[in-house]
Amino acid sequence: MKKVFGIAALLFVVAVAAWWMTRDPASGDSTFLSPYNLENLLQRLGLFGILSIAAAFVIVTGGIDLSIGSVVCVAGCVLPWLLRDLALSPAVAMALVLALSAAIGLWHGVLIVGLGLQPFIVTLCGLLLYRGIMRAFTNDQTMGLGDAAEGLRWLATGRLPIVEGFGLPVPVLVLAVVAVGTSVLWTRTVWGRHLFALGRNEEAARFAGVATGRLTVLAYVLCSLLAGLGGSLFVLDVNSAQASSFGNFYELYAIAGAVLGGVALRGGEGIVLGIVLGTALMQTLQNTINLVGDSNRLEFAVVGGVILAGAAVDEGLRRLWRRR
Amino acid sequence: MPAPLLEARGVDKAFPGVRALSCVDFVLHRGEVVALIGENGAGKSTLMKVLAGVHQPDAGEIRLDGTPIVLRSPAAALAAGIALIHQELSLCDNLTVAGALFLGAELRRGPFLRRRAMQEHAHQSLRRLGLEVDPRALVASLSPGQKQLLEIARALRANAQVLIMDEPTSSLTRVEAERLFAVTRELEAQGRGIVYVSHRLGEVLAVADRVVGLRDGHNSGEMPVGDATHENMVAMMVGRTLSNTRREAHAPGEVVLRVRGLRTQAFPRAAVDLDLRAGEIVGIAGLLGSGRSELLRALFGADRARAGRVEVNGVQVAGHDPAAAVAAGLVLLPEDRKAQGLVLGMSVMHNLSLPTLHRRGRFVDAAYERGLSERSIAELSIAASGGNQVASTLSGGNQQKVVLGKWLAAEPSVLLLDEPTRGVDVGARAEIYTRLHELAARGLAVLFVSSDLDEVLALADRAVVLHQGAVAGELAREQLSEESVMMLATSVEVP
Repeated sequence: MKKVFGIAALLFVVAVAAWWMTRDPASGDSTFLSPYNLENLLQRLGLFGILSIAAAFVIVTGGIDLSIGSVVCVAGCVLPWLLRDLALSPAVAMALVLALSAAIGLWHGVLIVGLGLQPFIVTLCGLLLYRGIMRAFTNDQTMGLGDAAEGLRWLATGRLPIVEGFGLPVPVLVLAVVAVGTSVLWTRTVWGRHLFALGRNEEAARFAGVATGRLTVLAYVLCSLLAGLGGSLFVLDVNSAQASSFGNFYELYAIAGAVLGGVALRGGEGIVLGIVLGTALMQTLQNTINLVGDSNRLEFAVVGGVILAGAAVDEGLRRLWRRR
Repeated sequence: MPAPLLEARGVDKAFPGVRALSCVDFVLHRGEVVALIGENGAGKSTLMKVLAGVHQPDAGEIRLDGTPIVLRSPAAALAAGIALIHQELSLCDNLTVAGALFLGAELRRGPFLRRRAMQEHAHQSLRRLGLEVDPRALVASLSPGQKQLLEIARALRANAQVLIMDEPTSSLTRVEAERLFAVTRELEAQGRGIVYVSHRLGEVLAVADRVVGLRDGHNSGEMPVGDATHENMVAMMVGRTLSNTRREAHAPGEVVLRVRGLRTQAFPRAAVDLDLRAGEIVGIAGLLGSGRSELLRALFGADRARAGRVEVNGVQVAGHDPAAAVAAGLVLLPEDRKAQGLVLGMSVMHNLSLPTLHRRGRFVDAAYERGLSERSIAELSIAASGGNQVASTLSGGNQQKVVLGKWLAAEPSVLLLDEPTRGVDVGARAEIYTRLHELAARGLAVLFVSSDLDEVLALADRAVVLHQGAVAGELAREQLSEESVMMLATSVEVP
């Protein structure tokens, strides 16, 4: 919980800095706080937050999923194909994409639990494999939705009007549902208790009669399922996907958001609120860089630098606290 | 009279919430073995760690050969001549014997290792301790006893004058322990000083010159070993005399555990048959490596068995899944408490409820958890500040009680115990025995493995003796003696 306060404080500092740097000295208005920018920021928080929670599901088991970006790519390419080329109804198409994503997670889980392969290896190969297959499948052509999914696109681009000129982006609501569901799962159910026990000490959990194998597989399934959901929303947002670039590096954003939000890479630790705040921090940083600089060349460097500084300060404070 | 080799005066050490040591004195002379005894949580480990530079004392003074010293780190202590021989063997398993011996003090020529020279030195210094192993062998391939000697060799390489041995024989066979005692006497004769920490009072009598007791972080007395008896040492540790824990003989009930033709992975040619009746306590005896733990693990489904049937109350258990065993009423208190018994990072309460929480529905039943935790802490007298205390901060005996408590909550028919009192102090050990007797009286079937023959003799209604994975024989209570067990355990022919 202490970590959540820390990340919230850091987010506040970054937001204040963003406001200060983007404010117009004459009128006092800030681009950062403009309704348009806030809507945009919240929408991106919704989309990336889902991926961070996806990553957290396997990180709490002590594993890792590097294939999230490629699963995003799979969803982004397959959804337009189902909707436009096969002309399936939106509900059926979404269901198929989510089922496909879950199947990818099941495949990971079976390789990791059944064959005892390293999660890093399995999902690294997944990262290469799924993107490669998608590039072949789409012939490297852009997969466009056209106007095949007008209704469905509301999930990604819709706004619930709150006040004049500002509407709450629907992806934030999707994230809220996912976050609350995950939080209940983790903290209020036996399943969640078992998941965290497994993450802290798999052998002891198994010796306590916890079905650790099945639980690990399920964590990978949920991870890929959420990645598929995120990927669907991404493609619905921008209306088209290019297999060679769609979702590139998203696994790293997802992992960074989760870890920044206090999910321990060694497993068994994590709070959903922290993950959402961690993602918000990442997105606010990127947003600020885009607003302040006239190019985003420095984006990666700044994001990397801030996360590193945050980790160093966190460790420093912890040592200071332990010494007292 | 010369100044003592090592002298600690008025040592205080507090941790958040605990006063581990208050005003403790400790003296060690050259050519002396001092046994440090006390229950878990009495402060033995803390005192040892203060002497070995792991912890810095809050107050007090440490003198080495009469000179006050401050030990900032284990490395500084070793440089000063004080070595800690760890309880959990701390050598890196993936190194070679020579590599481990020289770790951190490698012989080299410029940036290059002098491997040949190190191997030669390693061979020499290990042979002086009576350890004949190839210096190029991996540490992982050594037995626990050989690792212990390797640790001692490491300490001697650093020319340690004070050797602190923490439960050195807890995982050694009898022969290895004898070897260790001989080495200890030799070191003593060389004028070094040895602090010997053990729960095994028989060993203390055999090896020590003087016995020093600690209780609740205070000195609780000392005596030359000539005056020491089992009874007065126990009294010094627990502050009272323990009643004898042997129980009344009684008639066992129905067969609850039936094992037929069980073959473990380690001993695929030995098929084990076993019947266990309600209310019976059966000990599995045998030498280290005779397949005792493997048998329990296979019964519980922690390891997949090659073949065989395990029935609990007439119902067959799947045999490759602890979850199925627990559901059938067969539970295991495992050998390695820290790796298998507890999720150390979780609270006492969450550990206690881990195997049974799912029986209360899909959602966490917080009231059940709290109730279970309060009940277990009270009934098993677990020394914890409450259910929310993190399990890793408990002492060994209390951790073991948590493991026991979580299984009692599962209301099993058969309780398997693997070395139930390893690293557990005398007081907690007696409590665990009493508890097991009560449980058996209520109809629980208990099957336990112990390397401690005294424990088998004290606890078991009958003993099954294993030899190379097979049942070498069975001994009824009247036939049980150290000699009869050893006869079977060392039987030459394989059935």
